[in-house]
Amino acid sequence: MLAPPLVAFALVYLAALVALFISSFWSVNPFTTEIQHIWTLDNYRTIFESSAYRTIALRTIGIAAAVTLTDAVLAFPLAYFMARLASARSRTFLFVAVLLPLWSSYLIRVYIWRLILGHDGVLNWTLRELGLPAANLGYSNWAVWLIFTYVWLPFMVLPVYGALERIPESLVEASRDLGAGGSETFRRVVLPLALPGVVAGSIFTFSLTLGDYVTPLLAGGSSSQFIGNVVYDSVGISNNVPFAAAFAAIPLVVMGIYLLIARKLGAFEAM
Amino acid sequence: MEKRSTRIALVVWTVLVILFLWLPLALIMVYAFNKSNVQSWPIPGFTTKWFRVAWHSQDVRDALWLSVRVALIATGAALLLGSAAAVGVARFDFFGRDAVSFLLVLPIALPGIVTGMALNSFFIAGHITVSMWTIVIGHATFCVVIVYNNALARLRRSSPSLIEASMDLGADGWQTFRFVVWPVLSTALIAGGLLAFALSLDEVVVTFFTAGAQNTLPLLILGYIRLGQQLPVVNAIASAMILLTVIPVALAQRLMRDTGVLRRSAGNVTEAVESAQVTAV
Repeated sequence: MLAPPLVAFALVYLAALVALFISSFWSVNPFTTEIQHIWTLDNYRTIFESSAYRTIALRTIGIAAAVTLTDAVLAFPLAYFMARLASARSRTFLFVAVLLPLWSSYLIRVYIWRLILGHDGVLNWTLRELGLPAANLGYSNWAVWLIFTYVWLPFMVLPVYGALERIPESLVEASRDLGAGGSETFRRVVLPLALPGVVAGSIFTFSLTLGDYVTPLLAGGSSSQFIGNVVYDSVGISNNVPFAAAFAAIPLVVMGIYLLIARKLGAFEAM
Repeated sequence: MEKRSTRIALVVWTVLVILFLWLPLALIMVYAFNKSNVQSWPIPGFTTKWFRVAWHSQDVRDALWLSVRVALIATGAALLLGSAAAVGVARFDFFGRDAVSFLLVLPIALPGIVTGMALNSFFIAGHITVSMWTIVIGHATFCVVIVYNNALARLRRSSPSLIEASMDLGADGWQTFRFVVWPVLSTALIAGGLLAFALSLDEVVVTFFTAGAQNTLPLLILGYIRLGQQLPVVNAIASAMILLTVIPVALAQRLMRDTGVLRRSAGNVTEAVESAQVTAV
């Protein structure tokens, strides 16, 4: 009974993806700003031949990778403590403490960092009180990297915790019985088994950073433009939907490749 | 088995990361009571004035009302479609089942900008003018997925033999649904619905592409922040919104845990991660 609306819904979503793909091969008449339904590769040519757009694409992918790496480093010890050392009560507490910030407004969590990193913000005040020089991190790529790391951190903690929690204690004991030390057991037993969890988390941190424009818009500097910002401006300001569609195809392709690699590493089972 | 020094290091690291997550949230609460309208630190004094200003602002009220209507409709549609899809995928083997379950994950696996841009191209190609309903469609894409994920995770963990037993004991289809399937599914649906509602209320990346000139509350706030206007009001709304979204989510967490089947924390994580994926949109 509910199948028809469900199918209709799925078709709308699929049709939208197809529309995105098709309109990326159209163009906009520079005089009338009407969309011209003529097949052309011009949008893609512009993106690949312009060094400015190439820089933006590489910056987006680069910062997404840096954010993913930082989140993995921050999350792993926390997840390890939660899964293998914490008591049941403190584990529940930590679980809620990690999860709740995820659900408070994303926009607000980005905005808070403007107050922290700004010239008269909390960070500079703290540094001044400590007698240290001011760190003007506001409105820079550093700010963008830090804020993305902050907002996506819970997405990394949860799957890593899940993977660590599933490691049977007997495997660790067997490793110790066979004469491996603490660090060797960690390197050769725990780490390989936790890897799918890390990769699963990285899918979120990477994809979410790749497709964002709000953080660079609010907290980035003049050279912090992301792919998302070009798409946002092309739709909101210059009204060039075909070009925006073509640029949005880049994160789509990058994510496609990333998901294929992640599946090989067993990340889908760890999600 | 871990060395003492390792344990201490892990505890310290954990405390630091939790502080990193929570100190900024505490800070915005302080800023909401900032007497000055200059956003510098430390704040000169305290006032509750900005909560009153925010509450009486017509722009804020209009935006909030639009956001609430969108969230209610999108959540309602998601509950119907998401639970139907979950029951279908979990209980029946039909042609194209794998394709359906793959398609149902796309709205949260793809970057938000892709979903937003795709819907935007679709509306333009179909000559559909933006209205409240285009925002609803945008939000419904991820709301359906949240409800679907929550319901499916619950159904997969409950044994199909329960339904067979019920049928064997002479219950008809409706009775089986009412007394066997519904009690298993209901808390998952309430939890999924609450999460969907909270997310819809907060969504901004996709909404921009489906809203045209309309302002939902997050779009209004985004505009204020960009132009540096009304920042004290933004602080007040932000604090109120943190409390308003944290309450339904805390409630949803409880509901997911309180069902016995999910006592094991591993189960919690799977469900939490599945519903957590969503902020992606």
